[in-house]
Amino acid sequence: MKKYVVWAGMTLGLLANASGAFAADNGPKMLTPHYTYNAKTIIAGAKLFATDCMACHSIKFMRYEFLTQDLGMSKADVHKYIMLPTGSEFKGTMVSAMPINMAHKWFGLPPPDLSQMVRYKSQDWVYTYLLSFYQDPKRPSGWNNHVFPNVAMPDVLAPYGGIVNEHGKVLRAGDESPQKFKEQVTDIVAFLRFVSDPSVVQREDDGPWVLGLLVLFTIFAYFLKKEYWKDVK
Amino acid sequence: MSFKEWFVKRSPLPEMWREHMAEYYAPKNFNIFYYAGSLLLLMVVLQFLSGFLVMAHYIPTARDAYDSVYGIMYDVHYGWLMQYMHVDGVSLIFILLYIHMARGMLYGSYRSPREIVWIIGYTTYLAFMAEAFFGYILPYSNLSYWAGTVITSLFKSIPFIGHWVTTLVRGGAGMSGDTLGRFTALHVTVVFLVIVGLIVFHILYLHKVGSNNPDGIEIKANKGPDGHPVDGIPFHPYYSVKDLFGFGVWLTIFAAIIFYAPTFHHIFLERTMSTPANPLKSLPDVTPPWYLSPFYAMLRAIPNKNGGIILMVVAVLFPFVLPWLDKNPVKSTRYRPITRIMLIIFFINFFVLAYLGEQPPLPKYFFPERLGAAIYVAFFVLLPLVSKFEPTRTPPARVRFRAH
Repeated sequence: MKKYVVWAGMTLGLLANASGAFAADNGPKMLTPHYTYNAKTIIAGAKLFATDCMACHSIKFMRYEFLTQDLGMSKADVHKYIMLPTGSEFKGTMVSAMPINMAHKWFGLPPPDLSQMVRYKSQDWVYTYLLSFYQDPKRPSGWNNHVFPNVAMPDVLAPYGGIVNEHGKVLRAGDESPQKFKEQVTDIVAFLRFVSDPSVVQREDDGPWVLGLLVLFTIFAYFLKKEYWKDVK
Repeated sequence: MSFKEWFVKRSPLPEMWREHMAEYYAPKNFNIFYYAGSLLLLMVVLQFLSGFLVMAHYIPTARDAYDSVYGIMYDVHYGWLMQYMHVDGVSLIFILLYIHMARGMLYGSYRSPREIVWIIGYTTYLAFMAEAFFGYILPYSNLSYWAGTVITSLFKSIPFIGHWVTTLVRGGAGMSGDTLGRFTALHVTVVFLVIVGLIVFHILYLHKVGSNNPDGIEIKANKGPDGHPVDGIPFHPYYSVKDLFGFGVWLTIFAAIIFYAPTFHHIFLERTMSTPANPLKSLPDVTPPWYLSPFYAMLRAIPNKNGGIILMVVAVLFPFVLPWLDKNPVKSTRYRPITRIMLIIFFINFFVLAYLGEQPPLPKYFFPERLGAAIYVAFFVLLPLVSKFEPTRTPPARVRFRAH
């Protein structure tokens, strides 16, 4: 028995090392958003996303009804805060109203769908990206980004966060305090994290039951094995 | 005549049950590593079930593949469960395959009279690699697209007909919906059936010669008055209930991963799997999944493409001849300290190569990669010499076993 504990410890140690080792990432230093991942944060992020992001960006895998089913938002709230007045269906997908051919014309390429963006780039990346815009008169949009140089997207959050130049000098203060602005960006990140894997709600609801049943089964199987193996001398 | 008698008279099943379960005598001293075999069987069944459910929603076209795979996650009832089971199951299968093979190497299970068991088993491992690769391409993510491009381009190195073969495999000049069509067909029919067939033969060939054990001695050499090995116990009920306990532990681990860490820090499900294929946006460095990366590291260790491919093919094929490289009469490394140390170095080196294969192709990794490849090959080259001259301890006459 003791031997197996040692083996298990060694395996866990290896895995713990491996998770760091295999997730190698090179590039600029990333900031980490600090928040509690719950329905309140996600809903706050969803409201910001609907007002500030969804004019251009779709999250085509999400449906409005998921917000009520998974997060417990009321249908009236979804209609009031989230749904765009474009005649979209409550059971429909959350698609931007911007026509793709127009997007091509305006930005050079259509804004990407953000459904799996946090999964693809990591939440640290999205958080740092949204906080790294600066004014750059050389760009057609007037904006540039430290994390994603020469990005086509303008800093749509500038009214909240203010405008800075390349070296971080504040050119115009935002409507929100820096603290509050970071919180808002964090909410958006939390929402996009939820969008990239909404199964988290069901997984965490069902997880303890499934694991509990399996552990119970394992205990019974262990005593059954012990009983049979009594005869083996 | 009762129904039972009527049925038994016509059925081969009772006889098969006796031969492979109730009267198959296995050594009583199996240790924890011996769970891997039955767990692999369990995992293949689970992969079949989850794969069947995922397949019901998958559309193998360039336009719809990605959306259909991710659509399962959002729109299908418990779609995330079948999806994660199928994705994480692959990594767990390879963990078990490596434990299963390492155990065989530690206790000399590849040795006479079990050479064919080893060869069939190793072929199954290669078939699993092919199965995993085809499955990897099907979501048509950007990683699928570029990994598929890189791996299929390896065929270009075949002399004279390389380009023709590559075009045939891809179904065109590059990756496309045609590639998805044929890879889907291979993934769910040919390669899967080959795996099932190989597993059946693996077990049949094993049961013909009998199982090895951690002491590496033949239990059949020591039979009791009833004609059964004195150190053997019937597989059923002893090992069937023991494996049932193993199933419980393993399924608990599996469920914990699915429910609480489905991407496993993006080792089991890479980040670039979550963005659609884009022929205009190549990935900065295409790295294989962790279970194939040791061989990828060896491929990269040689700067010349064809040279790297030759080294990789040699590395992949070397284990086939393992039964004939080992010349020592003692099978288990419990009684062969030098071979045991060599094996442990070999295993650690394999982990290090897996790590190196995941790194970007930077010059600082070239030397470790070459060293790793050299250690890998050196194990097989040195084994005939070492096994011939190494000092050994005498294995016991009966298996070592402490009653529980």
